[in-house]
Parts: sequence; structure tokens; C-alpha cells
Amino acid sequence: MEIKWYIFLSLALFCIGIVGVLTRRNAIIIFMCIELMLNSVNLLLVAFSKMHLSGVAAQFPTLASDAQIFVFFIMVVAAAEVSVGLAIIIMMYRNTHSVDINFLNRLKN
Amino acid sequence: MNITQILFWFLSVLAIVGAAGVVGSKNPVYSVLWLIVVFFAISGHYILMNAQFLAIVNIIVYAGAIMVLFLFVIMLMNLNADAEPAKNMNLKMAGTIAGMCLMLVFVAALSRSDEMNRVSQMNGGDIGLIGYLGKVLFNDYVIPFEISSVLFLSAMVGAVVIGKKE
Repeated sequence: MEIKWYIFLSLALFCIGIVGVLTRRNAIIIFMCIELMLNSVNLLLVAFSKMHLSGVAAQFPTLASDAQIFVFFIMVVAAAEVSVGLAIIIMMYRNTHSVDINFLNRLKN
Repeated sequence: MNITQILFWFLSVLAIVGAAGVVGSKNPVYSVLWLIVVFFAISGHYILMNAQFLAIVNIIVYAGAIMVLFLFVIMLMNLNADAEPAKNMNLKMAGTIAGMCLMLVFVAALSRSDEMNRVSQMNGGDIGLIGYLGKVLFNDYVIPFEISSVLFLSAMVGAVVIGKKE
């Protein structure tokens, strides 16, 4: 496939994630939308790694596989981030008995 | 239109429908299930691009571990569908319009580029296979790999410390 379809697909997923972060108030759903955005970026990185396989990059053999290693490290960091973030959400639920992020307005003062 | 293109469009539609379901569902459990659909669609895209290692890791780590963690937290909180109060309609419209405008700007900025018609190789190419990636990972990227293990350890300790009762 041409690279543009991958770019448009990733953009659509990323923008749906942004709409979710902007419109929802449930902290867990906002967190899931962030995961969605991370995955759209991963998809785009893999598509780019397959695109550069044949062009200039043919003389640098590790150039294309670097992108896939990078996606692997993004997944590693995302897993660590999810564990800490869900712990924070649980602590917030224990203090306020709600996962509505508007309760965090009280951090203002 | 060959079978690869048909699969590409099918998986793309599945991913976008799933993403809309994540944002649109009232109940957080349905959001998690839609997100699993999106992850499987993205794994299908990886398989189409012959990135088999990432496809398997995506299913195991995201659809397996992270989504179970989300479901477990939702179960722990016992959230009902009406836990989220009705929100101001204007704010919802403003958020949707802002997101669509962002997408419009991206598409308008990118669609004139010459690079857009370059072809991403679908079948073949061995850079996504686990033997090749394992060699690269343990030759060139040993130090980031070890540092990520330290990151996992600190994340585990942090999650336990934050989630512990006083």
C-alpha cells in the first residue's frame, strides 16, 4: 500500500483519541484514549520502517529495524506507565469515591 | 484489488470503528472491549507488514496484560453506567470540533507531499522476524534493554507504594 493510507489511518486514530481525551470525564476512559494514541504512533512507525526498506536505507542494514526496536521500547514504557497510572486512579477513587476528573479541580488551591 | 488490499481496508475500518466505540461507549467495560478490538486490528496490520514479532508482542502485552489490568481496576471500583454525569453539550461539541480541526490541519499539511506516494512493502522483508530483531536488540540495544528492566522494577515499586493503604 502507499504510505499515505497508513498516515491517514494513524491520523484518524490519533484524532479520535484526542477527541476522547477532550470530551470524556471518566479518568479510565481518558487513560484508554492515551493508549489509543500511543498505538496509532506505533502503527505509523512500523509502516515507515517498511517504507524505507528499499530506498536510501538499503546500505544501512539496521536502519529499518531500528524503528521496530523503537516500537518495542514504546510498548515497554507504556506498560510501566499503565501500572503507575492505574495505581494513581485507584488512589484518587479511594479519596473521592469517583473517577470524575473534575474532582481534581480541588488541587488548584 | 488483491487480497492484501482487501485485508488492509477491512482492518482499517475495524480499527476506526473500534476507536469510535472506545470514545462513544457509556459503560467503561464496553470501552475496554472496543479497545481490544482496536488492538487486534493493529496487530493484523503488523502481520500484513510482516512485523510478526511486534504483532505477537502487541497481542500479549496490550490485549493480554494491559487490558486485563484495566478490567481489573474497573471491576474493583464497581462503576455503573451512570457513574459519569451528563456533561455540558457545548463542551462536547467543542472537543469534537477541535479534534476534527486538528485532523483537517494534519491532512491538509501532509497530502501535498511527494513522499506520500511511496510504497510501504507489505509482504516479505525479514526485518520484522524475531531472529533478526533479537540480534539487533541484544547487540546494539543491550543498554536500553537493561535500563528498561530497571524502569519496570521502579514502576512496580511505585505502583505498590501508591496503591497501598495508609
